[in-house]
Amino acid sequence: MADVNAVEIRNVSKIFGYGEFAFAAVDSASVSIRQNEFFTLLGPSGCGKTTLLRLIAGFEFPTSGEIMLNGENIAAMPPFKRPINTVFQSYALFPHMTVAENIGFGLTMLGRPKQEVRDRVAAMLKLVRMEALADRRTSQISGGQQQRVALARALAPQPKVLLLDEPLSALDYKLRKDMQIELKRLQAETGITFIFVTHDQEEALTMSDRITVMSSGRILQVGNPREIYDAPSDRFVADFIGETNFLKGRIETLAGGVATVDTEVAGRISATVPTDFHPQGEVTVVLRPEHATLCAPDQPGASQMTGTLETIVYFGTDTHYHVRLSDGESLFILREQNKPLQTARFAEGDRVGIALEANAARVLRN
Amino acid sequence: MTQPAGPIDAEQSRDIRKRWLLSLPALLIILVAASGPLLIVLLYSFLTPGPYGDVAWRFSLEGWIGVVLEKDIFDDTLSLADAHVSIFLRSAGLSLMTTVLTLLVGFPTAYFIATRPERSRELWLFLITIPFWTNLLIRTFAILEIIRNEGLINTLLIDLGLIGRPMQMLFTDGAILVGMVYVYLPLMVLPLYASMEKLDFRLVEAGYDLYATPFRVLRRIIIPLVKPGIVAGSILVFIPALGAYVTPSILGGGKNLMLGNLIELQFGQGRNWPLGSALSITLMLIVMVALLFYVRNAGSQGARHG
Amino acid sequence: MAKAFSVQRQRGFTAIAIGCFFALYLPIIVLVFYAFNAGESLSSFDGFSLRWFARAFENQQVIDASLRSLQIAAVAATVATIAATMAALATTRTEPYRGLTLKYAFINQPLMIPEIVTAVALLIFFARIKIWTGYSGLGYLIAAHTAFCIPFAYLPIRARLENMDLTLEKAAADLYATPWKAFRYVTLPLLWPGILAGFMLAFVISLDDVVITQFVKSAGQDTLPTYMLGQIRRTITPEMNAISTVFLLLSIGVVTVFFFVNRKRV
Repeated sequence: MADVNAVEIRNVSKIFGYGEFAFAAVDSASVSIRQNEFFTLLGPSGCGKTTLLRLIAGFEFPTSGEIMLNGENIAAMPPFKRPINTVFQSYALFPHMTVAENIGFGLTMLGRPKQEVRDRVAAMLKLVRMEALADRRTSQISGGQQQRVALARALAPQPKVLLLDEPLSALDYKLRKDMQIELKRLQAETGITFIFVTHDQEEALTMSDRITVMSSGRILQVGNPREIYDAPSDRFVADFIGETNFLKGRIETLAGGVATVDTEVAGRISATVPTDFHPQGEVTVVLRPEHATLCAPDQPGASQMTGTLETIVYFGTDTHYHVRLSDGESLFILREQNKPLQTARFAEGDRVGIALEANAARVLRN
Repeated sequence: MTQPAGPIDAEQSRDIRKRWLLSLPALLIILVAASGPLLIVLLYSFLTPGPYGDVAWRFSLEGWIGVVLEKDIFDDTLSLADAHVSIFLRSAGLSLMTTVLTLLVGFPTAYFIATRPERSRELWLFLITIPFWTNLLIRTFAILEIIRNEGLINTLLIDLGLIGRPMQMLFTDGAILVGMVYVYLPLMVLPLYASMEKLDFRLVEAGYDLYATPFRVLRRIIIPLVKPGIVAGSILVFIPALGAYVTPSILGGGKNLMLGNLIELQFGQGRNWPLGSALSITLMLIVMVALLFYVRNAGSQGARHG
Repeated sequence: MAKAFSVQRQRGFTAIAIGCFFALYLPIIVLVFYAFNAGESLSSFDGFSLRWFARAFENQQVIDASLRSLQIAAVAATVATIAATMAALATTRTEPYRGLTLKYAFINQPLMIPEIVTAVALLIFFARIKIWTGYSGLGYLIAAHTAFCIPFAYLPIRARLENMDLTLEKAAADLYATPWKAFRYVTLPLLWPGILAGFMLAFVISLDDVVITQFVKSAGQDTLPTYMLGQIRRTITPEMNAISTVFLLLSIGVVTVFFFVNRKRV
């Protein structure tokens, strides 16, 4: 079955409400999710990622379109017949059952023999390292432990696909980092396709095999983390993932995927252009903050960008500089990694120049 | 710590004294016109009946013996009072059936209200609240009019040619049951709704996600989670049903008595106040046991979710 | 599957619920309908008429019983509401203290005991007092009604108080209000909807009572419900329906006001 996509969303729309109150939570979305993939739906709240997840789970049904699971259309199938399980954002652990009863619930509902359920529950408890707490009530364990039980419960019936709805959002920073590693381990050990919903771009970049970026119910870009970060397809994706500087300009020349762009604030710079894209006239160029460095305003070889250093924000691993460009309006952000025993080269209020790394600039599709 | 404890203690005890003073009127009124007289009932149950009602001040166990036994007129031997036993059984049976039937109808109704969109939910709730606060006598009277021999049901059935002459529905146990279900239904729906309103439907989703069919979701997830409401509703229906007086006396006629009517009889025509008192205490004890069961159940539920 | 799957849907529940609402209202609607019957029958409608309402309003017994009911309900509900408000102030927003649970149990006691038992107890008790004092006025009925009205008045007042923050009174005290002024200008205005709801509940409960009234009343002290109970046992004419209809309207009116007063939360 390796050649069939695990899940295929074909032109799916979900409209809530009627008439003038109608609102498309998911708008003609199409995406294929491969077997054994860690696939992430990323976007701000209200972008439709959770609705899409609920459509796959079967809690909602699409207004139009098809949802294929291993080549079979499941769009009209009720959730209790879909071999798909969910880890809920709130965990949704049954408060009237013990940890072990929660984990065994799915298998019991599938009518598996008691002995098999017991063995499988024991195996799952071991997998998530919760053996000692099997007979506790779910209200008697910590948030991180509840998270593990929710995972074990969803994995116990060995689903074809595991859906995770912002499962880490309720955990504090340290625990979240641990669980990210844990999730990757579980995915590798079980070989199950994971579909992960998050609004946290860092989480998405570090964990995913591939990412889908959504906004206003639409799918904007699908790609691996590097593609999403380095080659954002449009302004929204570039802005949502990491920090970005946008420069307006006009195309002057275009050859071999590299364009010369005359920008208003930085003068003439060269920028890479996406394949099969032949822009003309006005374009937007994006520049990541870490691909630029501060220099003296008159230093030879620098771009023609100069400005006043407004704020310096120290982050431990790196330092952010906010530069008010000479047009007096645009703010340019730079990020430099901190080196041992480094002394500050510039102070707030200094006039500075900005040097760009080669091939750092990129022309956006729109 | 050099802070003396004195002033704070004094402040506290002054506050508690003020609180006792404030609650005094309510406590006194209830003591005089509700709780206190119950003790007199207990006392009366151990006295001798007076010739024209009331009591004579002589100790006697006759009242208590009369609860379930009766004395032969000729040789004074005791035997089981069949009439009383059958009234006890009828009361218990009808009350239990009323509780079960109101639960069977009330559960889906409360669920229906709890799953309406927020705006229309208020309206449905209001529609349940109205009968809850309208006169029980009028509602019983409404049922009486429907099931009489000349009532709506019989007239309709005869007009449709389904029956030749009126079915006797009034003055039967069935009539009492229908009446009590009708009258006490809101008492079941409201506490059920209160706990269903708090039901977390994400747990229902989790159930469906883990392969439970709709029926199994109902049985394994919804019912256990709203159990406090089920227990509360059942108690709220069972207690007044067991002591029901108005509904059985109107719909049951003179023959199909329940405990309430039997008690009333002892203070009216029966002129046996000690027996009436003993029967009242018995009814109260049954209710206490039911309440104790409720408290224990509700308590364990609370601990579980707390 | 006949209908699309929905997480909240349970097969047959909606049908039962609709049937339940239908069954709850049908008898009441029929009752009201025949109050307007021109004929004497309660099963064949002979044309629209208000004659039974006119008849009820001319019936001196009905008028006396109604006035007596309203009088008892007004006095009992007022006294019960005042007592319940004080009791609510005394039993909320405090650390548990000795006797608090006892107070709860005591105040709610009339709800726990079957009405018939309380009725019997009051019959016995008041019969004694009648002999001792020779007084046989409405005082007994008012006292009995006040007692069983207290827990009903107490419930919404207590609920309201528990949602109120004690820091408000502390803020008032900080702004130089004496305890009485703090109560008068801060606590009471905020508590008012609860008190109003409590009063209305108590009023309706008193108005509806049959059992306790039936046992406590002396000869010639019929309230409207006990008068109706007596009449139901005789021949029934649409006059009963007319009286019931007016009574129903009164209850529904009070309940509607209660519903909307109680719904508005701070």
